[in-house]
Amino acid sequence: MTDSTLITPQSVGSVMRQLLLALIPGVLAYVYFFGYGVLFNMLLASVVAVTSEALILWWRRKPVGFFLRDYSAIVTAVLLALCLPSLAPWWLVTIATLFAIIVGKHLYGGLGQNLFNPAMIGYVVVMISFPQVMTTQWFNASQQSKPGLIDTIIHQTTPHKPKQNPGKPGAHSKIDSITSATPLDKVKSELERGKTLSEIRHPQLFGLLGSSGWEWVNFFFLLGGLWLLYRKLIGWQIPVAMLGTMFLMAGLFYVYDSDNYLPPLFQLFSGGAMLGAFFIATDPVTCAATHRGRLYFGIGVGLFTYIIRTWGGYPDGIAFAVLLMNMATPTLDYYTQSDAFGHKTRKP
Amino acid sequence: MTRLNDKLWDFYGGLRLPGHKEESLTRPIQSLPVPARLTIPLQQHIGVETEPLVKVGDKVLKGQQIATTQASVAAPIHASSSGTVTAIENHPVPHPSGLSAPCIVIDTDGHDQWHDKIKQIRDTHETAAITDIHTITPAALRETIRDAGIVGLGGAAFPTHVKLDNAVEHEIQTLIINAAECEPYITCDNALMRERAPQIIDGIRILQHALQVKHCLLCVEDEVKDTHTALEQALASAQPVPGAEISLLKTPTRYPAGGEKQLIKTVTGKEVPANGLPSDIGVLCHNVGTAYAIYRAVCLGEPLISRIVTVTGQGITRPGNIEALIGTPLTELIDACGGFNPQTTASPLTIGGPMMGFPISRSEIPVTKSSNCLLVGVQTLNTQQHKPYPCIRCGACVDVCPAQLLPQQLYWHSKAREFDKAQDYNLFDCIECGCCAAVCPSHIPLVQYYRFAKDEIWATEKDRQKSERARKRFEFRQARIERQKRELEERRKRKKAALDRKTHAQPDPKKAAIQQAIERVQRKKAEQQVVPKNTEALTAAQQRQIEEAEKRRQKLKRATSTTNPDPES
Ligand code: SF4
Ligand code: SF4
Repeated sequence: MTDSTLITPQSVGSVMRQLLLALIPGVLAYVYFFGYGVLFNMLLASVVAVTSEALILWWRRKPVGFFLRDYSAIVTAVLLALCLPSLAPWWLVTIATLFAIIVGKHLYGGLGQNLFNPAMIGYVVVMISFPQVMTTQWFNASQQSKPGLIDTIIHQTTPHKPKQNPGKPGAHSKIDSITSATPLDKVKSELERGKTLSEIRHPQLFGLLGSSGWEWVNFFFLLGGLWLLYRKLIGWQIPVAMLGTMFLMAGLFYVYDSDNYLPPLFQLFSGGAMLGAFFIATDPVTCAATHRGRLYFGIGVGLFTYIIRTWGGYPDGIAFAVLLMNMATPTLDYYTQSDAFGHKTRKP
Repeated sequence: MTRLNDKLWDFYGGLRLPGHKEESLTRPIQSLPVPARLTIPLQQHIGVETEPLVKVGDKVLKGQQIATTQASVAAPIHASSSGTVTAIENHPVPHPSGLSAPCIVIDTDGHDQWHDKIKQIRDTHETAAITDIHTITPAALRETIRDAGIVGLGGAAFPTHVKLDNAVEHEIQTLIINAAECEPYITCDNALMRERAPQIIDGIRILQHALQVKHCLLCVEDEVKDTHTALEQALASAQPVPGAEISLLKTPTRYPAGGEKQLIKTVTGKEVPANGLPSDIGVLCHNVGTAYAIYRAVCLGEPLISRIVTVTGQGITRPGNIEALIGTPLTELIDACGGFNPQTTASPLTIGGPMMGFPISRSEIPVTKSSNCLLVGVQTLNTQQHKPYPCIRCGACVDVCPAQLLPQQLYWHSKAREFDKAQDYNLFDCIECGCCAAVCPSHIPLVQYYRFAKDEIWATEKDRQKSERARKRFEFRQARIERQKRELEERRKRKKAALDRKTHAQPDPKKAAIQQAIERVQRKKAEQQVVPKNTEALTAAQQRQIEEAEKRRQKLKRATSTTNPDPES
């Protein structure tokens, strides 16, 4: 009967588990619109993450079981898998996860010590190394035939070349014919070719609010994120600041030139906006710690995301935006401390 | 008697905790028979340790002063009952370090006989009305309070008269009586208020007179309805005193609403400056138990020789509040509450509440002026067994810190022994309330790190002062040797000059005078350079104190270094 009767504090493990729970609606929507690829990716990434983490912990002579119970490796793996193309080949997922866990997390000293968001490290590494794969192995939601589970797995695990580089016919899986870029990416390249928005606005790319299919995935991630907010597992500052900034920026440019700039809601309901705002940028270890610091952090992520999406060379800017702001975190924390109690009335 | 403006303000952070108050409030305050042996520590307050006035073998009477000191920040100690002093020696005392400290041990004679002086006062004044209080001067009241050895009974045990003396130098507009007993389990103040509200009101009146303060805010948590009723009744039936108002304020039940700074913020909206005192903003805060002790001292002539201790927790059979003599072993309190609960397996003991209390390992430790609660069989923040994870910087601690600090940064720098950086993040504004540690998902014993860092910083500061003193002593000695050499030289010169005068028939008297003047000036200069800066004039007692403090600190350091809370080591 000597149990703690104070309050039952959360544990790191329970926080992470709840984070995973909150992802479920978004993941289901993802599977519904884009097929089973993402599930395979999540599973593969998790296995790679847990194995590599266990090995490193063992090698660093840390308590393996104790640290595996914190679930942080699985959270990293799942978030990373959700950012990779759903039809990405297995080796891409593996490389990204290994980088996330080994370089992004353990080279910095493990849980709590890393400066950069490990999932985003993994993402950026493969994005820079394999841009072709990263931009083409997506599934288009408006496609009639969603590939089955078996086909997807065959596609992801057998060696083949991306379809822009037609090799020998035998090396293609049958899914190759349906992979494509994301709507966000396509719209961008169309715009770059000088087309106006009204010319490229067709249901294959545009849904009700955002890009077709993606808008629903975003919507369900938003729901999960709101639940996290309600459970006080994340603060409101980063999501609100980040989405607000994106909305404002997009709004300004859309008003200025609605032919060449995407509407603000399209921005918020495309790509990884909601996942990034509620689940990635809010990673406690790498985001700012003070309330004001978190506001600035969110604003920064929103701003860079918009800039990279609109004028940069990559389809989505969230990963780069988050990493850029991670760099600013220590400085933000130092300069945004609020006055401690009694410091406003402090005598000189 | 109500304040025109009963507005309350909010303080940042804090936690809503399960109160566990009812368990110990179900029965009236229980008195104990006089124990066979009293162990009375020489230091029961913040400040300078007292020195015994009695020897082994002396007979003492109840209420007799048995230890005191000339130092101003201290409170004299009195015999809690009559008997014979059988030892003056080190004995385990309630202290987080678990160390022993000098105590006067009295074997009681069972007569519980009052000291004559107090007996007289009791005989004549027992029924003295509080309305006579204005005939006593405030200064005399403050002296009575000092002589009665009264300290803050909320747990900090700061000598009350020091606070009062400091307050009269400032303009105090508001007296706050802190009765917001915010830490879970502790109910000694509530029990007192329920049973002895009229005496408390009298005690407040005395304080108001001693301070010449018109406004008093009596602050009680809003959820203890029975306490409100008792106080309201006492206030209604108390004789109104012109120009002395007492308003009852119900403060939110949120830990640590009873923290001095938080309470002041809640009821006045003002923040005590970080480097200042409540008196800087015209406020003075006293615990309600202290007000009651003041009543006993002034109206009954009784020094502080007993207090109410809450004995509670799942590990005790009959939780309750005990009125115990200072020096009573805690075992007697446990027995009075029916002993350990046979259904509990382990019964860790904690002095204080579950948030700020500290564990003790032996129950023969005596009750002191600052013992407000004995927790039995409750796992507290300081006895938690969770193995900590690294900090994941989730910021949960930031949201609850009532001092508005960044606990995770304090932790980070304290752990890395970067104490200057920890101070950059205002380590010394931490009130050690434990809110941060209570919500930390990594279960890091954060407060232990802050205490460790503070101790280390104090220790370096002391070392620095010590070496500074040594340096000055050395310089002083050097200068003295120099001076002696010079003087010797001068004497020789004078002699030589005198000799010269004798041999040379006509010395120049003017020149000699000038020479002498120059020498005088030089001598004076040399002397001025070596004026000691107040550090050589230490009395033997002071020197001993310093050395003892140093010894204690070393021991503490050894003790803590073995229990370094580092999760990774
Ligand atoms: S609550 Fe604990 S884990 Fe979270 S930031 Fe504070 S110290 Fe770190
Ligand atoms: S213990 Fe110190 S740092 Fe922690 S919440 Fe209390 S005041 Fe803040």
